Amino acid sequence: MIEIHQLSKKYKGAEGFSVENLDLRVEDQEIFGLLGPNGAGKTTLISILSSLLRPTSGSFSINGLTFQENKNELKQLIGIVPQEYALYPTLTAFENLSYFGSMYGLQGNALRSLIGEHLEILGLTRFANKRLSTFSGGMKRRVNLIASILHSPKILFLDEPTVGVDVQSKNVIIDHLKQLNKEGATIIYTSHHLNEAENFCSRVAIIDKGKIITKGVPADLVSAQENAYNLEDVFLTITGKALRDHA
Amino acid sequence: MHKLLASAYKEVVLLSRDIGGIAILFIMPLVLVITITLIQDSSFKTINNTQIPILIVDNDRGSVSESIFEGLTSSNTFEIIKSASEEEAKGAVFKGDYQLAIVIPKTLSDALQKKVDRNVEGILAQFGLEDEVPSASAERTTQKEIRLYFDPATQITFKSSVKNGIDKMISQIETQSIYKAFQQQIGEEEDTAIFETDSFISFKEIVPTKDDQDILPNSAQHNVPAWALFAIFFIIVPLSINMVKEKTQGTFVRLRTNPVNYVTVLGGKTIVYVGVCLIQFTFMLLVGVYLFPSIGLPKLDISGRLPLLFVVAAFAGLAAVGLGLLLGTVAKTQEQSAPFGATFVVILAALGGVWVPVFIMPKFMQLLSNLSPMNWGLNGFYDVFLRNASFWEILPEISLLLLFFIITTIISIVYNERKNAV
Repeated sequence: MIEIHQLSKKYKGAEGFSVENLDLRVEDQEIFGLLGPNGAGKTTLISILSSLLRPTSGSFSINGLTFQENKNELKQLIGIVPQEYALYPTLTAFENLSYFGSMYGLQGNALRSLIGEHLEILGLTRFANKRLSTFSGGMKRRVNLIASILHSPKILFLDEPTVGVDVQSKNVIIDHLKQLNKEGATIIYTSHHLNEAENFCSRVAIIDKGKIITKGVPADLVSAQENAYNLEDVFLTITGKALRDHA
Repeated sequence: MHKLLASAYKEVVLLSRDIGGIAILFIMPLVLVITITLIQDSSFKTINNTQIPILIVDNDRGSVSESIFEGLTSSNTFEIIKSASEEEAKGAVFKGDYQLAIVIPKTLSDALQKKVDRNVEGILAQFGLEDEVPSASAERTTQKEIRLYFDPATQITFKSSVKNGIDKMISQIETQSIYKAFQQQIGEEEDTAIFETDSFISFKEIVPTKDDQDILPNSAQHNVPAWALFAIFFIIVPLSINMVKEKTQGTFVRLRTNPVNYVTVLGGKTIVYVGVCLIQFTFMLLVGVYLFPSIGLPKLDISGRLPLLFVVAAFAGLAAVGLGLLLGTVAKTQEQSAPFGATFVVILAALGGVWVPVFIMPKFMQLLSNLSPMNWGLNGFYDVFLRNASFWEILPEISLLLLFFIITTIISIVYNERKNAV
């Protein structure tokens, strides 16, 4: 379970808060979607929850643990799939996975067998010994996912895990994530693909300007909004149609 | 331990996949040491084995100019070319056609003879051996000067060695003139030598010995350690680039979320890059021992010194890796790390005495030199190579190198912790 209390983050030199006084509770084994336009604060929130960023104020705990007191325990408990590929392009898929798996204390046959299983499920077995630099975007995304789940994390943070990939890769990734969720993993997920989120998430929160505007079960959000037929309608009604470019 | 070994293995694989990086790490230092030794060895031979053409304008045409000619010819260093006038010689030298022109003034021999005669007569008169004491106001001889013109591009070391040589030659000529004058005044025949004009005091260089054999330094003994050290420190460039790449690729971000501490990450890099330094050093020694003699360079003598040489190389490698880790931790882009790393190594090398010996630097630079890890490393290598030092004698230098590694690594860890604290 993740509990967030009055969490805020303001970057040095920024005019406003990227995340502002945010309260949220994510239950065990939920698939929770964080949706919002560019610059809404989704990645900032995920980065704080995965120990990559220090919050300006507020607090959070994961399964009752905090990074200040239980850093290594928490790191073993969570898995992070970053938006970037975060892999060594000159290493093969197997070498990348073997290295990152080792960092979680996995080794020997157990590690090799885990890598083999995940590669098989995500359709990459025959590419195991090819260098990452030769992979397509979809293949890299799948290896990126495996590198984060080899240690069977209880909580999985995914920052746009399907961005820029083909439909087939997207399906394989989503199916695998659903399987992990069935096996007990709690998933926190950000995406711009609202249809994907509607089908995939048990609950979603729409964030804008660092604040949660609304949250709930996707179907409930759709039915609660007048003239909305899907989550995208709800999203556009709440966040507006103006472009959200930022630099 | 397993995480450390996995980190080290990953570094080995990453390095092995970077052909350009390997070329820089292993081939370029070898090219560097061969090139520098060839240049330095040939310039050494030029001074000793070939003759430098110089111009001489002889306005004296007397015994002194004859002695100068004889002295210069017998040195075998110069090829003497006579020039008609001072202006012509000056023009040729200042244009860079010749390195040096020597202009001997008119009536130098006569003037010197007169001056010596008067002085000798004066001394003998003091002892009552002369009828008349020459008065102080008697005809004074105008001081004569031999003019030297150097090509403005001539190295200062060459200029000073020529000046010293000529100064010595002039002193000898004056001394011999004095002896001759005494002989004449005493009335002895010139052929009967009553004064021994050979130098009484001579000097001999005593060099360090090992097993009763003199250790004679050559250009290989000087160049290989200096440039090996330079190459070892150049490791900071690929190492810091490797670390910056991890940041830009996102792999460092992933590592920060993994249950692994920064010490382990740096430890893996340290093991591999110190290993690379030692392999580099081995190649350099092999080149010095086996390749140098086959291309006409003096052989690098490593007999009995190998273990201590590797001790110094390992500690120098640690210091270099420590610096690379710090640079890689602090730098945000390759544009920051690569030029800074390369330039900083050159500065450290200059301060360390790789190009110009520390003892001829200004006092302030000598003080700064004491802070350069390259200076400690170079002294360690010279102690082993040229001074036949024992392990205990190189202990201060290797301790400083180790301390430097510890300090730079601690700074890296603290910097990383502060920057990424949650």
